Amino acid sequence: MHIATYLGLLHGGENALADTYDVVRTGHADEAGIAHTCRLLAAQCRAHVNALAPIVERYGEHREDEPDRLHAEALPEARTGGVGLLRDLQDLLLLATLVDCSWTAVCQAAQALHDHELIAVVAACQGETKVQQGWLTTQLKAAAPQALLVAR
Amino acid sequence: MADRISDIWGARTPYAAGQEWPVRVDEQLAPDADPGRVRWVPSACVLCSNGCGCDIAVQDGRMVGVRGHAADRISHGRLGPKGLFAGWQAASAPDRLRRPQVRRGGRLVETSWDEAMGLLTATSRRLLDEGGPLTHGFYTTGQLFLEEYYTLGVIGKAGLGTPHMDGNTRLCTATAAAALKETFGCDGQPGSYADVDSADAIFLYGHNVAETQTVLWARILDRLAGPDRPALVCVDPRRTNVADAAEVHLPIRPGTNVALLNALIHEVIRTGAVESGYVAAHTVGFDELARTAAAYPPEEAARICDVPAADIRRAAEIFCHAPRVLSTVLQGVYQSHQATAASCQVNNLHLLRGMLGRPGCGLLQMNGQPTSENTRECGADGDLPGFRNWANQTHIGELAKLWRVDPMVIPHWAEPTHAMQIIRYAEQGSIRLLWIVGTNPVVTLPDVARIRRLLAAEQLFVIAQDCFPTETTELADLVLPAAMWGEKEGTFTNTDRTVHHSGKAVDPPGEARADLDIFLDYAHRMDLRDRDGGPLIRWTDPEGAFTAWQECSRGRPCDYTGLSYARLREGPVQWPCDDARPGGTERLYTDGFFPTRAEQCETYGHDLLTGAAVTPEQYALLRPDGRAVLKAAHYLRPDLGAGDFPLLLTTGRTAYHFHTRTKTARAPHLNAAAPAPWVEVSTADAAELGLAEGDLALVESARGAVRLPVRIARGRPGVVFIPFHYGWWDDPADPHRAANELTETAWDPVSKQPQFKLAAVRLSRAGPDDGTAPAPAQTASAAAGREG
Repeated sequence: MHIATYLGLLHGGENALADTYDVVRTGHADEAGIAHTCRLLAAQCRAHVNALAPIVERYGEHREDEPDRLHAEALPEARTGGVGLLRDLQDLLLLATLVDCSWTAVCQAAQALHDHELIAVVAACQGETKVQQGWLTTQLKAAAPQALLVAR
Repeated sequence: MADRISDIWGARTPYAAGQEWPVRVDEQLAPDADPGRVRWVPSACVLCSNGCGCDIAVQDGRMVGVRGHAADRISHGRLGPKGLFAGWQAASAPDRLRRPQVRRGGRLVETSWDEAMGLLTATSRRLLDEGGPLTHGFYTTGQLFLEEYYTLGVIGKAGLGTPHMDGNTRLCTATAAAALKETFGCDGQPGSYADVDSADAIFLYGHNVAETQTVLWARILDRLAGPDRPALVCVDPRRTNVADAAEVHLPIRPGTNVALLNALIHEVIRTGAVESGYVAAHTVGFDELARTAAAYPPEEAARICDVPAADIRRAAEIFCHAPRVLSTVLQGVYQSHQATAASCQVNNLHLLRGMLGRPGCGLLQMNGQPTSENTRECGADGDLPGFRNWANQTHIGELAKLWRVDPMVIPHWAEPTHAMQIIRYAEQGSIRLLWIVGTNPVVTLPDVARIRRLLAAEQLFVIAQDCFPTETTELADLVLPAAMWGEKEGTFTNTDRTVHHSGKAVDPPGEARADLDIFLDYAHRMDLRDRDGGPLIRWTDPEGAFTAWQECSRGRPCDYTGLSYARLREGPVQWPCDDARPGGTERLYTDGFFPTRAEQCETYGHDLLTGAAVTPEQYALLRPDGRAVLKAAHYLRPDLGAGDFPLLLTTGRTAYHFHTRTKTARAPHLNAAAPAPWVEVSTADAAELGLAEGDLALVESARGAVRLPVRIARGRPGVVFIPFHYGWWDDPADPHRAANELTETAWDPVSKQPQFKLAAVRLSRAGPDDGTAPAPAQTASAAAGREG
């Protein structure tokens, strides 16, 4: 059974996403709306990791180590300026999408396993991940014209 | 006549449920006015969101007083202290702006209108050429007339094509609009002021109505003095006059409204008070709401809010058992970190009991300013005209057809930019022309040190259009003198959808012009044209603008097509008013059907935690189809930042002043009643800090510091209060005394309303007793020890 691999992907993905929210929050502290929400969402990702703990206890966890393929890695530091913010939001959206995909795969397996506890965890967490994607998309749409056309 | 400075609410005229509120006509004339020679010009008061109908007294070409309209549905003849004094007295203040001013060599010097408008249009053209419409931002107000908002909205959205238009209404009324949109699909006040006349219980959430809308409080006081007084429930950390009169006062910890409201919902569900038939037929979302509220038994809310669980239970009992409940909501809820989430829960409570659209069962998501409703309708703020949905292509198509422009010209790729983001773009230099109208952001926005800095920046061309010199005009590159109330004609709509016509009583001073005329001149000089090459703006006067707006409102929930200037001159009317409803509409949603159909709604809604926009596809799955949306939210602890700031600061209005006192400080009696700022501290905190009444205190936050005299007041421990009115124009010696030196740049994720009610601060004694603080004695600012 390879569910442990996907639990590892989720664990790593949520952590990378949480860390990146923190990086964007501190790097773009002057963007007050974005910074405040990033703090909330970082906490949300870490709560997802905690919610996974009993599941990991049951199935174990395997961390992939495949550096030459697309994988979740936190941003080392925030970019600057309007376009920099846009690219940071885009990176966050990619990470959140990666996490969302992992939840989907785990959810499918949980259903096949009839694992009600895991299904409940996925239902609670993946909904929030989808809202994160929605928020990032909303921010990206609003910020793009100003950043790409008139930012100095 | 009573001294209406000390007697804020005037003589009682008690009445019983179901009766008409008795008439009491208030009047104030200048000492030198001759009642025999005075000419009366019908208008309505613009000193709060009530909009009390009144006549302006005119003698020898000058405003000399005011009197209430006995037949007015809002006031039944009354006026509050501000209404009695501020408008007409401020109009004749010697320091009115009379000529345009331009900054030359660092100084503002007078210039002609032709030069001023020439400079404005040349700068505007140059920036449009260099960077396009996104270089232009408008930060306006809740105090223009409908005709001015609509004209400006068309100029900005169809002429220039900038999404950067908002007003100080973002600070006062944005959450009211946001919560109504989230729950009912569209803006529009459900209730009516007349609901006071028959309510059995009145819940006031963060709404110090005794000071913010004194005439509405007089109406409530008259019910309380009558034979069948309604039960009052007051949610406010301060001991306000409302709290004094309340059956239950819940002085909750600031920022905990959602927990309290969830507990009330919990009790409504637990005790079986839910009107199941109504909920099933007219709402979606009940299951999730019930799941969320289940986490908030009164004991849990009591812990979070720091009030007794028994008091929460008692409030819930009143809500569950009263046949008719009126709820009102204002800044205590709106200027918080979970503003929209909390306001939606008040909507939910009424939906759960099916208490909407009937006399006494009202819901008033209040406005702060007299005409803020109009900027919401007309699209001079972060909304599209006629409550249209920026994400609905059909709605955009309607506007494009009406304005004869390409739909692409109308910025609708995202929600219109909110005020704090406009300010941020100006700070970063991507907005390079900021046109400020009728507002004073250097005093009123959060963290004013930052605002001063960014408005003074070389790269930003600031236009300030106002009636008076203000802290903001001092920083402007171009100052345009505007006519005020009584000096121009127009209409405006109060917080319960009542439309008044306001006549021109006198000419403006010097060369000052009506805001409408300034906007029309700009459009003309910019040669703004429609797709056929004709002028974009085809009207030249207020009535023409009103007619154009009526067409824009046709078929929308705020339909004005049944109105006219002639009709409004006879008296006020509540919208919607059209062929089918020629008498207007007292209450919305009498049939339980809401404007939530996808093709009708103003928004598809937002996630209450983050503000993420709900997509059209998600909305389609929700299938509200005319049902209201019960939106649930968990309580979220506010993020108050780091550092040793153990107290919470809230800011607010006091009975004698409005905004930054541009009008009220120029009315001598009002000014004398509260001439300078103060800080209110609870008895317990004062004892711990060694502060006595009148001591000078240093109040510090992570943003800044102010030194203010201490009033030891009756508020809850841990919370301090500073009135937000005081800038430094009348006390240049103390340039750092504004409450907003301390507040934080933070806002609600949905309404984007800044959280003025939540700033972490610390206090220390900075100087000895200097007598008593300059705080009023009859209001929430009364000294501790005085019993209500």
